[in-house]
Amino acid sequence: MRYALRRLGFFVLTLWVALTLNFLLPRLMPGNPALAMMSKFHGELGPHELNALETLFGVNAHQSLLSQYFGYLHDVFTGNFGISLSEYPASVTSVIGSAIWWTVGLVGITTVLAFLLGTGLGIVSAWRRGGKVDSIVPPVFVITSAIPYFWVAMVLVLIFGITLHWFPSQGGYYVTTDTPGLNLTFFQDVVNHAFLPAMALLITTIGTWILTMRNTMITTLAEDYVRMARAKGLPGWRIMLDYAARNAILPNLVGFAMSLGFVVSGAILVEYVFNYPGVGYMLLQAVSGEDFPLMQALFLLITVAVLLAILAADILTALLDPRTRAAR
Amino acid sequence: MGMPVSGVPTETPRSPAAQVPAGHALARIGRAIRSNHKATTGTILLVIFILIALFPGVIAHASPTQDAYPPRLGPSSAHLLGTNAYGQDLFAQVIWGTRNVLIIAFVVGLATTGIAVLIGIAAAYLGGLWDGSLSVLTDVLLVIPLFPLLIVIAAYAHGASTVVLIAAITVTSWSYTARQLRVQALTLRNRDFLAAARVRGERSLYVIVMEVIPTMTSLIVASFLTNALYAVLLASSLQFIGLGDPNVISWGTMLYWAENNEALQTGQYLWAVAPGVCIAALGTAFALLNYAFDEIGNPALRPVRRSKRVRSA
Repeated sequence: MRYALRRLGFFVLTLWVALTLNFLLPRLMPGNPALAMMSKFHGELGPHELNALETLFGVNAHQSLLSQYFGYLHDVFTGNFGISLSEYPASVTSVIGSAIWWTVGLVGITTVLAFLLGTGLGIVSAWRRGGKVDSIVPPVFVITSAIPYFWVAMVLVLIFGITLHWFPSQGGYYVTTDTPGLNLTFFQDVVNHAFLPAMALLITTIGTWILTMRNTMITTLAEDYVRMARAKGLPGWRIMLDYAARNAILPNLVGFAMSLGFVVSGAILVEYVFNYPGVGYMLLQAVSGEDFPLMQALFLLITVAVLLAILAADILTALLDPRTRAAR
Repeated sequence: MGMPVSGVPTETPRSPAAQVPAGHALARIGRAIRSNHKATTGTILLVIFILIALFPGVIAHASPTQDAYPPRLGPSSAHLLGTNAYGQDLFAQVIWGTRNVLIIAFVVGLATTGIAVLIGIAAAYLGGLWDGSLSVLTDVLLVIPLFPLLIVIAAYAHGASTVVLIAAITVTSWSYTARQLRVQALTLRNRDFLAAARVRGERSLYVIVMEVIPTMTSLIVASFLTNALYAVLLASSLQFIGLGDPNVISWGTMLYWAENNEALQTGQYLWAVAPGVCIAALGTAFALLNYAFDEIGNPALRPVRRSKRVRSA
């Protein structure tokens, strides 16, 4: 319980740091970047919106930094992220709402798949050490860990999208021929479009699962209780799954949530290459369109999502690992 | 961007067998590079890239920036990789682009590892309030998603020059290494040779620099390699999405221009493929070396000969 409370405290602290960074960054940058943004949109914005932006980014502000800060915190906690400049006059919250489910679907399914496949391969790799899987997987991982996410995505577009025409390589569905709705054709369309982005994410993230699982399990395989199980004459698969893998899986479970931060960065690049209508693509659109209110909100959204996942992992660890419960 | 090669942060310290005095450690590293295949391949690759970065003019005679050639040429003896839509020589761009990437890799690698060594070891050695506050700082930075943060910083900077890129990546990405080093240093804290140094009345700084750091050489080298690898990946990614300086000649900006000109859709494959292969090759060099150092520092991970192993089932 105390452990869970400590982790909760850490979560709150990190959240506060992220919020404060979000507030301070535009103010710390040389030549307040918000000024350029506002002069760019000057003709299109009413005086009221301009005023709101000025408070958001601390331009021409007559308030002290501290009262700006509290105003900002108040806005964030009441869900008021201002007006999106690129989708003017839509509010930032409504713009994000349309993108979030694309990313949740893509990233969620891919991460679960990568975890299951990767952990499985890691178990086999450690169990048959020096065998076929074990001699192929680590060298391949050395190379995949060194390839940028976006380049994997580009190569997939080249091979399966442009050369072979097996899968569509742009967008989340056929915008011109298909209308979103709860029907089978649209569902198939979405799956078709998600296939290549999902593959790109899977290829670049699976290696970590394999290697972490393999390396931890090699350690547990050397433990006395595994030798004991062998001496008892238990079948090999029981030793592998119930004795060695079960005790080795903890770092991978913790990594499951920790990795979300990395998956998010992968997803941003993959969505960009595929023009996939998710949060990452929207973040980069906001950056190139100098839509700073939208960008700020998306950064916070991504950060909060990652922090929540880590909190969940911490609590999961506490539930699964008696040692963390015992520790103070 | 990705996870460090050795996986998620674990609290498991490396085996004490890895801790040897500095001179021995360096000699061992030299020996290990020669005896370990991964290390040998990685070293050769890296040396090739360093030579290219030092003497690009010797290899590529064309200018990387001049758009003096006919656009969209295929590979030929005059233009080994052809030319791009602007009529620039792609081979020259790849060769000259090596320098920017390597500078970023080495500067960020050294700087992040340096900061991490200072903070991680100071936290472990000084303990108490120092440890508490430095650890919280490290952990907070560790969990804030790095790539989105870099995107936001670069966006406010209106495109990051190489210097801004290096500074931003360094400031945001030392935490993983610091945490690893702290855990490792904690296992040393109660060792006799440190107690001896304290009894001799040495100052903390002396003990950290002369006694603690040398015992962790292999971990520090491995951390440098990981950090250099991630610097390459992060910088290339930022340049690719147009948040670097688009006028710099580097592999990441080549990919940016290739994407902007729809190189894949218009059949100019080499424009996008060549710089990507280079990033992957340089990254592989760092990853191979890092992997080799993992094996050196943690003997349990070394490949086993099947015949020697007690086979199960």
